[in-house]
Amino acid sequence: MIKTLLKSVRQYKKASLASPLLVTVEVIIECFLPLVMAMVIDSMSGNSMTPILKYGLMLVIMAMFSLLFGVLAGREAATASCGFAKNLRQDMYFKIQDFAFADMDKFSTSSLVTRMTTDVTNVQNAYQMIIRAAIRTPLMMIFSVIMSMTINVKMACIFLVTIPVLGIALFGIVLYVHPIFKRIFKKYDAMNNSVQENIAGIRVVKSFVREDYEAKKFGKASEDVRKDFTRAEKILAFNNPVMMFCIYMSMLLISYFGARIIIGTGAVSLTTGELSSLISYGVQILAAMMVLSMVFVMTIMAEESANRIAEVLTQESSLQSPENGIRKVKNGKIDFENVSFCYSKASKKKALSNINLTINPGETIGIIGGTGSAKTTLIQLISRLYDVTEGSVKVGGIDVRKYDLEALRNEVAVVLQKNVLFSGTIKENLRWGKKDADEEELIRVCRLAQADEFIQQFPKKYDTYIEQGGTNVSGGQKQRLCIARALLKKPKILILDDSTSAVDTKTDALIRKAMSEEIPDTTKIIIAQRVSSVEDADKIIVMDGGRIAQQGTHRQLLAADGIYREVYDSQTRSKEVE
Amino acid sequence: MSRTKEKRSKGNFRRLIGYLFSHFKLRLTIVCICIIISACASVVATVFLQRLIDECITPGITSGLEAVWPKLISLLGTMAAFYACGVAAALIYTRLMATVTQGTLKHMRNDMFDRMQTLPLRYFDTHIHGDIMSTYTNDTDAIRQLIGQSLPLMLQSSLTVIAIIFMMIYFSIWLTLIVIFFMIIMLTVTKKLGGESSKYMMKQQKALAKEEGYIEEMMNGQKVIKVFCHEEESKKGFIKLNEQLFSDSQRANKMGNVLMPTLGNIGNLMYVFIAGIGGIMVFEKAVNISLTGTDLITAGIIISFLSMARQLSQTIGQVSMQVSLVAMGIAGAGRVFELMDQKPEEDHGYVTLVKAEKNSEGQLTETDHATGLWAWRHPHSSDGTVTYTELKGDIRMEHVDFGYVPEKTVLHDISLYAKPGQKIAFVGATGAGKTTITNLINRFYDIPDGKIRYDGINITKIRKPDLRRSLGVVLQDVNLFTGTVMENIRYGKLDATDEECIAAAKLANADDFITRLPDGYDTVLTGNGSSLSQGQRQLISIARAAVADPPAMILDEATSSIDTRTEALVQEGMDNLMKGRTVFVIAHRLSTVRNSDAIMVLDHGRIIERGNHDELIAQKGTYYQLYTGAFELE
Repeated sequence: MIKTLLKSVRQYKKASLASPLLVTVEVIIECFLPLVMAMVIDSMSGNSMTPILKYGLMLVIMAMFSLLFGVLAGREAATASCGFAKNLRQDMYFKIQDFAFADMDKFSTSSLVTRMTTDVTNVQNAYQMIIRAAIRTPLMMIFSVIMSMTINVKMACIFLVTIPVLGIALFGIVLYVHPIFKRIFKKYDAMNNSVQENIAGIRVVKSFVREDYEAKKFGKASEDVRKDFTRAEKILAFNNPVMMFCIYMSMLLISYFGARIIIGTGAVSLTTGELSSLISYGVQILAAMMVLSMVFVMTIMAEESANRIAEVLTQESSLQSPENGIRKVKNGKIDFENVSFCYSKASKKKALSNINLTINPGETIGIIGGTGSAKTTLIQLISRLYDVTEGSVKVGGIDVRKYDLEALRNEVAVVLQKNVLFSGTIKENLRWGKKDADEEELIRVCRLAQADEFIQQFPKKYDTYIEQGGTNVSGGQKQRLCIARALLKKPKILILDDSTSAVDTKTDALIRKAMSEEIPDTTKIIIAQRVSSVEDADKIIVMDGGRIAQQGTHRQLLAADGIYREVYDSQTRSKEVE
Repeated sequence: MSRTKEKRSKGNFRRLIGYLFSHFKLRLTIVCICIIISACASVVATVFLQRLIDECITPGITSGLEAVWPKLISLLGTMAAFYACGVAAALIYTRLMATVTQGTLKHMRNDMFDRMQTLPLRYFDTHIHGDIMSTYTNDTDAIRQLIGQSLPLMLQSSLTVIAIIFMMIYFSIWLTLIVIFFMIIMLTVTKKLGGESSKYMMKQQKALAKEEGYIEEMMNGQKVIKVFCHEEESKKGFIKLNEQLFSDSQRANKMGNVLMPTLGNIGNLMYVFIAGIGGIMVFEKAVNISLTGTDLITAGIIISFLSMARQLSQTIGQVSMQVSLVAMGIAGAGRVFELMDQKPEEDHGYVTLVKAEKNSEGQLTETDHATGLWAWRHPHSSDGTVTYTELKGDIRMEHVDFGYVPEKTVLHDISLYAKPGQKIAFVGATGAGKTTITNLINRFYDIPDGKIRYDGINITKIRKPDLRRSLGVVLQDVNLFTGTVMENIRYGKLDATDEECIAAAKLANADDFITRLPDGYDTVLTGNGSSLSQGQRQLISIARAAVADPPAMILDEATSSIDTRTEALVQEGMDNLMKGRTVFVIAHRLSTVRNSDAIMVLDHGRIIERGNHDELIAQKGTYYQLYTGAFELE
């Protein structure tokens, strides 16, 4: 997982390496500071100003360097961590762009957004901690111990006792708390999820008068979070007192033994100045350990986020464009040969089974069937949005897996059932179909899709701004814009997946008429709920439970006693009554 | 403007402290005392060394160890006692703070959530859901940092600073002046760099929000992107926003990272100055002025002064790291309080809905068991009597005008009546006001007095919960909750048995697909039932309404995603359930409304045609045009 993430450091490798190096220099200087300070203190009891000024000047110079390196290290660390975060977000985003439909089904939109924002921020903070604090603190400890050794080996041994005591205590606490924190995050997510659902479903809550019920439910979730969080924090609360205890303990021990040595040797093997710097080193060492344990906690907290990011980054697209794939689609002929399909390998239930079907270029095919009868699944195989599990789908006589993906999808245009317009002008949205389309072309396809008329009524016409999610146009208008967008591609095969459900029957008929007149060579596949949308198709396919239940023309199917007739009857019942 | 902002943030801070104390008065008092003890212990530790040197070590060198031994032991003993108190106090307050922090957060979340439940729909219409959400997540997180970490640290640090300065004055006023001079520099630097950092921090937040919005839009349309091979363009747009975010966050972090070394080295500089000037004073035998009077300055004084100065600069460094956290915490508290201060939905209703039965004379009396009969309990304040009116579902609207905002009227002069047992349909283009009418009936939005009557009672007199309980609602946009299918259906009636839920599901024609789910009714739904198709989710929401068995029902495009064959079956079930009850239907598909008793055709907030299907067809008006497909519904 760490390896996967580190691949995203790239151009910030230099900053990522420079930062710990600069920190190292800064730490070394900082470790010499107490030593020089000790010299200043010692020269206090002398009888000349010269050594004070000398050491003072040295201190100033060291402080300048320490400042320089500290500032540089801080800046490099900022660049490295922010850059790393930038690359992580970009890599994830690019990865998702390569996802096949099957991969997208695995992640929800909101989870992808969280992964790219909150999770990356967590990792970014941990990374910054690691390249600064995690380098700084152990170095600080090592240097401080070495420096105190040079002052007095015997005295430095005190640290060799207190360091392990503190170390064991701190890491014991962290290890104990870790599983609790993991649990907390789950509960925390659950609590936030319930808030989100409540906000989204507030109309439902209010109309069922479930305010109290919801408040109680939330109260329970928040109490759960409080309990666990309090427990974890109470344990973490030992950190600070334990550290204080160790610091005070070492200070007392150093004072006691130090005093004995100074007095015993007549200030020869240890001076008062050295005593005070020993104490500063002691504080430095133990405080460093404290920071280290905090880094440890932060890293553990970021671990979950890192895992979630790695999950996206390692998700290999289950559907790849073949190398040197065929770029030319001969015509709009479609063949399904013994096609079966499952959405996942684990599921035993086949979404499609044993489909055999031939569609000739220029034909209009209607597909009809109940909720969950796999109509959408069937057509998604044509532009290779999913790969078949068994059998093969051919376009223009060649298996779709042999085509270059982009070439295939440019020739097979699908207007999805759950369709989306993006924030931007109508023009910009339409040009998704063809980047360099000129105004005339835009108007032509909009006429075809019966969209030009209402666009002309907008004050800004084709420059009308579409809000995010297309909320400022009606459902029917949105659908027609989506059809126009697909038409702009001039595809050999056009698939409309329930794309006119919000359009009235008359306009629906006009669209179909325009298409059969203007683009007669294009193979057209229309999925619809309304019988009227498919009745004049060359062939109608009735889907039921992942199989083709019936096929034929409107006339043939009406004559047969089957699902098609039932549907027809249910939609025209009252017309017959009249 | 920045002054009012400052004022507001001070107000919020004061309120936050008040909020803390209102829940944990005793514990917080103990915490404060413990922090004072712990701060004192850490300051005393600094002075201790000077006393050790001046009182034991220096005389000890000349007089030998035995002479100073008792003094040494008593000094060390005193110190150990001080330290022990310090450690104990720290332990107590950190543990207490854990309880206080988490307890306060819980109260805060619950208060917010409880208040949120009482807010009118208007609030949810006018606030972005992501923003409300972030009050619960980002803002409470910021507050947790503030009260759990920053506040105790700041309190302890400022106490330490004050104590040190007092000690310094005690030792030497001249040297203290140097320290104060450097402290002013440090504070200025903190303010400058910290302020700059906060500024970029805000920019970073903004850039992040923008990028988040972009990602969300693109992820939602990801399948469309694929179909149009539009991946490269979508990457380009992303890179632009991502670079902006990078540069803002880089700046913010740089400022933050630079602060600590800068302050630390100003501290070092201060050290040198004290040493130098102190040294000169020692050698020139300058007269020292301190609280204890005037005296000659000694090396011991300067040594302890130096270590105090060091501690001081470290403490200020610690505080400086909290600056941006405190600012973020207070801003978060501001948003939390804003949510808590929202005005709840007003409800002056006093008529309640009760279970009723008819006695032998045919009079209504209140009862506590389900009889299938409901009555409005109407107390009259003038004479203290109570009358009961049977709940029938007779709804009348008289000349109703309404607008969500005062400037824009969406409904004009709407009058209608629904007799008990009737099925009333609304047909019209998007924005014609169909849903608005139903929103007024269940008082999601309020209109002036007396224009809507329910069983003859002015609906403003009916308590909102009772009014809404009498009206089942199925909406086009289905919202399911995390939980099993069974729990979701039971949402309509919390004490419904499994059998009742299954019966409701059968009625909604949902039983069939539910039993085919991997765990049947125990299948857990997450993410608003994302594993189900839109149609299946609608079926569950119909079952949920059916189990509530409401006296009247509003179906707002409830079957729009269900295929016509299934819809016919659902409708049959619903018609059976609602026999003798009032139903309002909003639908796009005319086949859904065809068998209604009355159909209202709405256009721009006005009823332009009314009548049953046959009458309207005969009128050859808009409905006729719609029906024959000559006119488009939008």
